[in-house]
Amino acid sequence: MSGIGVLALQGDFVEHIKTFSSLGVSAQEIRKANQISDLDALVIPGGESTTISYLMDLYNFRSAIKDAASSDLPIWGTCAGLILMANNLKEDIPIPLSLMNINVSRNAYGRQIDSFKDSINFSFDRENPFPGVFIRAPKILDIDENVDVICTLNDGEIVGVKQGNKLGTSFHPELTTDNRFHKYFIDLVYS
Amino acid sequence: MVEKNTWDLKTGLAQMLKGGVIMDVVTPEQAKIAEDAGACAVMALERVPSDIRAAGGVARMSDPDMITGIIEAVSIPVMAKARIGHLVEAQVLEALGVDYIDESEVLTPADENNHINKHDFKVPFVCGCRNLGEALRRIGEGAAMIRTKGEAGTGNVVEAVRHARSVLGEITRITNLDPTELMATARDLQAPYELILQIHETGKLPVVNFAAGGIATPADAALMMQIGVEGVFVGSGIFKSSNPSAMAKAIVKATTHFNDPKIIAEVSSGLGDAMRGLDVRTMPEEEQLATRGW
Repeated sequence: MSGIGVLALQGDFVEHIKTFSSLGVSAQEIRKANQISDLDALVIPGGESTTISYLMDLYNFRSAIKDAASSDLPIWGTCAGLILMANNLKEDIPIPLSLMNINVSRNAYGRQIDSFKDSINFSFDRENPFPGVFIRAPKILDIDENVDVICTLNDGEIVGVKQGNKLGTSFHPELTTDNRFHKYFIDLVYS
Repeated sequence: MVEKNTWDLKTGLAQMLKGGVIMDVVTPEQAKIAEDAGACAVMALERVPSDIRAAGGVARMSDPDMITGIIEAVSIPVMAKARIGHLVEAQVLEALGVDYIDESEVLTPADENNHINKHDFKVPFVCGCRNLGEALRRIGEGAAMIRTKGEAGTGNVVEAVRHARSVLGEITRITNLDPTELMATARDLQAPYELILQIHETGKLPVVNFAAGGIATPADAALMMQIGVEGVFVGSGIFKSSNPSAMAKAIVKATTHFNDPKIIAEVSSGLGDAMRGLDVRTMPEEEQLATRGW
């Protein structure tokens, strides 16, 4: 197998790869759909969801990712990646991949001037909050009952979800020096 | 505790734009064409640089109505230009809710000595540069993203190449210097010492670095990416070409697949005419936009 793939069509894929590499896990940029079938896991990074979606459609990623997801490939989406993993979007574009039973709205916290940092309560390390970086972030509006909440803000707002081996976060662990979230994903993939 | 408008949030949005194409647009319709073609952001302005060049006179911030119309038309980030040193134009753009301000040499400078103190703003700024010293002065003033100046409105990539090679070459040189030489380097480059030290330690700029100024074809965009920038701005190159939507899509594809000549060949086929270019060498210095600012 070829380790963890990070979709490298547009966005901050380099930051994910650096974090996985620093944890001793092989990670590579994915630019072709035929690279996906060999992977242990896939990450859809932050970026512009409309751009990533446009390039996914152009280079036949949509069916490749959906097929791999249904054969149980672990997938984690951050921010734009979360938008693309949703079952349903409040907005008309982009068309999401429907990998998780969640309902999401894009840029729902406002424009760049409203981007924010806040500490996140983390289901797998309750003692130590995680630094949440939210940039023109999407909001998780609803989740189905088969979806677990793994991250919340202090007011209870859901910002991280898990459904089987699919993860979605509306914030960017890859932009911080805290690698606990990447470790959590590695454990999910390789344990 | 909730924090907003911090340095990492300002630089973080630029991280999200990496590997993407930021397109100049002058109407909401053009903004929509850009978004549909996969642009990761748009730059709202009244005239593209080649028209600014042709029109002459003083080029200023765009009409707020036009910027608001573009903000309403698309879901991707919207940037807009303020004149160098014109802090009130920047305040107006911040109040309109733009996601990034370009303090740009494409507009007529309002202050020939001082750039805007960008730390004073909540909204992040991108600024142009010709070399590393200029990039670091802008970062010192608070720019959260850097682009080459190139020579806007010419459709000629030569200046963007010169500026990107200069910035990246200087970074490589500084990375290999003995620490004893860093203060003299800061003096020679007229750059803040702390930033020179940071580059020596990390081997890279502390902010995202895009190419701009003269990019007119998919191959131009891929060239800049291979040289080592993290994304591209395309100004006149899209809406001054004969088929803007096709050119926009082709440049987006070439930027993602910048290392794949087969894909670049495929996307470069049948695009119609690129914008008409200008030879920078025959251009009088007073017509060169890159010399504005310092």
